[in-house]
Amino acid sequence: MSLIVFLIFHVVGGDPAYQLAGKYASADQVQSLRQELGTDKTLFTQYFVFLGQIVSFNFGNSWQTSQSVLQMIGSAIGPTLSLSLPAFILGFLLSLFISIKSLDSKKSILRGLVPIFCLALMSVSFVAYIIFFQYFLAYKMNLFPINGWDHSLLHRWSYLFLPWIIAILVSLGPNVLLLSSLLSKEMEQDYVITARAKGLSTQRTLWHHILRNSLLPISTAVSLQIPFLITGSLLLEAFFGIPGMGSLLIEAIQSADLPVIKAITVLSTLLYVFVNLITDILYTVFDPKVIIQ
Amino acid sequence: MNSKSFSLLNQIRTQKVLIFSLSIIAIYCLLALLTSLGVVASDYSVIKTDLSYTPPSLNYIFGTDFLGRSVFSRALKGSEVALIIGFFAATLSTLIGLTLGLVGAYFSGWIDDLVVWLYTTLESIPYILLIAGLSFAMGPGLSNLYIALGLTSWVGLCRLVRAEVYKQKKQDYVAAAESVGASDLRRILYHIIPNVYHIALIQFTLNFVYAIKVEVILSFLGLGVEPGVPSWGLMINGAKDELTRGVWWGLASATLMMFILVLAINLFVHNVSKSQKFSTHF
Repeated sequence: MSLIVFLIFHVVGGDPAYQLAGKYASADQVQSLRQELGTDKTLFTQYFVFLGQIVSFNFGNSWQTSQSVLQMIGSAIGPTLSLSLPAFILGFLLSLFISIKSLDSKKSILRGLVPIFCLALMSVSFVAYIIFFQYFLAYKMNLFPINGWDHSLLHRWSYLFLPWIIAILVSLGPNVLLLSSLLSKEMEQDYVITARAKGLSTQRTLWHHILRNSLLPISTAVSLQIPFLITGSLLLEAFFGIPGMGSLLIEAIQSADLPVIKAITVLSTLLYVFVNLITDILYTVFDPKVIIQ
Repeated sequence: MNSKSFSLLNQIRTQKVLIFSLSIIAIYCLLALLTSLGVVASDYSVIKTDLSYTPPSLNYIFGTDFLGRSVFSRALKGSEVALIIGFFAATLSTLIGLTLGLVGAYFSGWIDDLVVWLYTTLESIPYILLIAGLSFAMGPGLSNLYIALGLTSWVGLCRLVRAEVYKQKKQDYVAAAESVGASDLRRILYHIIPNVYHIALIQFTLNFVYAIKVEVILSFLGLGVEPGVPSWGLMINGAKDELTRGVWWGLASATLMMFILVLAINLFVHNVSKSQKFSTHF
């Protein structure tokens, strides 16, 4: 993993010293800058320096702001989580509710319309949603602040409502489709027929029997989305001026700030591995038949 | 009996939706062909600065942009750009994913370990970082954009194909082919591929849509096509500054053109994967 990250950003990334020194720097200046950044050493040594950084969790200072990278990430992670976590949880619960309600519905028209509605929701660009809602609800109707941020925990919520709404709206399409397909697969099982035969309502079968048995595939699907909570709200953060990980990443990408890019990549990769582990452990909770070796 | 007639009815409905969505996709392909030949929307880059931001009228159905270019023509021309990006990105990712998945699962052992290592690594890195890294390395431009998208979006396909090939290669028909002396290559090409192509087809269309949608995000990050190319991504992002001046037609036309195409493809994938033939796998 570390090798690929390293190669992508080092070998193909060009010489960062040239970019930082600017157009009119002399060769000496570029050389001393290289020494400062550590890019004058061979690739092999640089790779080991990078490995050392991963192990010690010390990614050095940003090339742009000279701040400690870890400090920058530490102050960005709060705003990101206050945007993505509530949106993720609410969006998931709403999707679950909609998919169960649509499967429960006796009207087959509704069951047919919900997927089409989801597909339609998915066919509009994320950027278009943001631009339209920011303009219409915040600028035109004045329902929400257009953008901005407050560092105190109590006052930041007014800035977060609109991003939440958009994040939930965008996640609704794929989530409802996924959950309905998982749930309807479970509906064909024999035990569902038994439950119905002994007189349980569809609603009770869905909530008490089918949902419980679908927890395993659902938790897999949900856990796959968790690593993206850290970087996934990139666009929302940029448009609404939220100083989170997404904004940090965009700035780092646009100014080729390698230490920041490397740190975020390594952290999100670690998170990915960690979440996979947690999911495996959760399997044993939901299904005692699963044994972890 | 009742459920059978219901599923038959369902199939007919599915087929209607398939024909409908395929014909929309075909119309877009035709449109892209006509714009590339210059028959339709040839005035997409004609600059008339005195007509800057003309509202929609009979002459300009969707008005004009900042430089007085017809937004309608640019939105039409944009379908050509979108189809190019979608087609080449999806083709590249399908080729990579299919090859690696087939080879890994068929030969297993260290080759398979290598394939699995490669895709778990790629998967764990946020896609936007990967694409950004590649775009930096290759510079802006249409071809670099779809190459970067193709190189980074093959993981899902590879994973599914690999799992299916593992199942298929233990089947009797493969052993039968081996017993009459078919080579590895022949067994893969003539026996296994026909049994996994449906996965590749569905993933191809999903990647097609993915590429078109990510183009908009990359345009926002300044990593998309060069300014001046009539892409929907650039048009949508341009609306950031235009909406407050009351210029809504740029956003509306690009979003509408994209909506119809992406919805048609989405309906196609949704119904194909639901239909009888594919139901065992999805």
